[in-house]
Amino acid sequence: MTSKVYSDDVSLAVVVVDTNPFFWASAALPFADFFAHLIHYVNSLLLLNHLNHVVVIATGVSSCTYIFDSSDASASGSADVAATFAKASRKIEEFIAQDARCTASNGSVADSNSASLLSGALSLALCYIQRVFRSGTRHPQPRILCLQGSPDGPEQYVAVMNSIFSAQRSMVPIDSCIVGAQDSAFLQQASYITSGVYLKPQELSGLFQYLAAVFATDLHSRTFLRLPKTLGVDFRASCFCHKKTIDMGYVCSVCLSIFCKYHKKCSTCGSEFNRVMPDLNSMPDQRQ
Amino acid sequence: MYGGGGGGGGFNAPSTASGRRRNQEDEEEEEEEAGEGRVLEAWERAYADDRSWEALQEDDSGLLRPIDTKTLVHAQYRRRLLLRSAATAAARIQKGLIRYLYIVIDLSRAASEMDYRPSRMAVVAKHAEAFIREFFDQNPLSHVGIVTIKDGICHRLTEIGGSPESQIKALMGKLECSGDSSLQNALELVHGYLDQVPSYGHKEILILYSALNTCDPGDIMETIEKCKKSKIRCSIIGLAAEIFICKHICEETGGSYTIALDESHFKELLLEHAPPSPAIAEYAAANLIKMGFPQRGAEDLISICSCHKKIKSGAEGYICPRCKVNVCELPTECRTCGLTLVSSPHLARSYHHLFPVQPFDEVSSIYPNKLGQKGGQKCYGCQQSFINPGMLFFDIPKLVYATFSL
Repeated sequence: MTSKVYSDDVSLAVVVVDTNPFFWASAALPFADFFAHLIHYVNSLLLLNHLNHVVVIATGVSSCTYIFDSSDASASGSADVAATFAKASRKIEEFIAQDARCTASNGSVADSNSASLLSGALSLALCYIQRVFRSGTRHPQPRILCLQGSPDGPEQYVAVMNSIFSAQRSMVPIDSCIVGAQDSAFLQQASYITSGVYLKPQELSGLFQYLAAVFATDLHSRTFLRLPKTLGVDFRASCFCHKKTIDMGYVCSVCLSIFCKYHKKCSTCGSEFNRVMPDLNSMPDQRQ
Repeated sequence: MYGGGGGGGGFNAPSTASGRRRNQEDEEEEEEEAGEGRVLEAWERAYADDRSWEALQEDDSGLLRPIDTKTLVHAQYRRRLLLRSAATAAARIQKGLIRYLYIVIDLSRAASEMDYRPSRMAVVAKHAEAFIREFFDQNPLSHVGIVTIKDGICHRLTEIGGSPESQIKALMGKLECSGDSSLQNALELVHGYLDQVPSYGHKEILILYSALNTCDPGDIMETIEKCKKSKIRCSIIGLAAEIFICKHICEETGGSYTIALDESHFKELLLEHAPPSPAIAEYAAANLIKMGFPQRGAEDLISICSCHKKIKSGAEGYICPRCKVNVCELPTECRTCGLTLVSSPHLARSYHHLFPVQPFDEVSSIYPNKLGQKGGQKCYGCQQSFINPGMLFFDIPKLVYATFSL
């Protein structure tokens, strides 16, 4: 059996797809069309190199799951492409129904501004990529592509930042393609920190063209291409008391919580500020 | 009647253990004398019998297969257990996140010893560079400075600063060793520098000590008392043997004293100091620090950056929110108005020290039989099937993950 030769341009693309039904109900592009664009994109990735590996993860409101893994079908070599993709669509439908049940039973109130579980999906993607790293020294080069439409959920901030730092450490770029109306601050930061590409296409009906032109190239070939650069990444923090973005604020030295005004006491860790420190020189020797 | 005769001849008694041993020793000596012409030391005999290079194997494409790492795996397993017991106890322990650390590198005669290849000093410099990068990665708001001990005198190699590049450049320069080493001078010098640090910062010293003695001009106990009163936490990593005075310093100031056994162990011990350690509340005042969160400037704004005095476009640097001056990188202190400038990812980097991940429970490998009914045949995280025998399983409430055992 010939050993696989992984040249520089073999890639493992993990595509994280936002399937939040609250967003898709009122989106400009219908989900069926979006799914068609996605399938064409996955197909074209698999055509670029016979060793390319694609994994699709669906992000719901309260759960995430694997929808498609190109290494499942390839054992026989001549898998029926239409059948694999039909299987993927069935899986997505099942998942959306199951996720809806999960959300309903969760008791959490979900409305049109609900965020999808980006942190969970990024964690799943990074787990899969870690597994690929541990399979040996020769493996495809991994990257993550996030197709996001729902707004950011501020309660996921720490989890998303942790995933971003893990991706940065493992040198996995996170690309983002925004299919919703507003920019996503989380994904802007993710792409900036991990040196990925962030794009908000202007014409959603031509989504496949954007995906194929910008996101389909492997990491090695990206050095020769001129890809969209984001200029205005907003790194300002939001204060813990009012949640508004500030450009100058006060930071607690103990727990690093950010406040916009001077407070006497930190609301997160309870430390009192500007307390006079006991002078260890003048403390009586307690051992005596 | 039986003539004496050494070795085998005159003994009629059944061969006792000692007799057998005598025979073996004779054989060994003959072998060694034939081969080397001298008697091997006890430690050399270990290499004569155990040729570890013969354990290397090649796979079909000619690449070396990694050596069986059972002991390594076991050590990692034990470390995980220790970490787990520490983590559950340390769930909400306050950590010193804003650290001012001085690294003291011993460049005395002892640092030119070659028991670490190529020399102790080279190994220390190499790993100190990796440590500094890791340190700034884990503690973006902290500062590091480097001090060296040579000929009994200490010099400051680099000023305390918030960016790794200047520190690493100094380390990569030519370092020479000579003379004695003096712990007292090092502590005195660093104590003087750390006194100027703001009160909310945690003051730390990390000494990388290769010598076996210290030549001090005065009473080192007084210096240790002084450091203790200034709330400086001193840790030492030794490269030679354990020294009482080092242990005393670490115990008094609340630091940790560890001795490295070999190069990889040294690296591990050094990197253990990168994440923040539990803080003693009285050691640093809780303060609200005023910080700025600069944004990138507009693309067409051309200005001179305040750090390098070069012309830069606004899009390449950040604009200080208070004095509107251009700075090149974050985190830094604005040179014009003194405001600490950070970006939110830097603060977010430290959150995982404050909210540590809950430890995973390892699940025994007979569990998968029951798993088939409960969670399916695949790991939730990476979709790997559970049938592989070499795996460890970890259970977090609700999910089962699998990981390779290397």
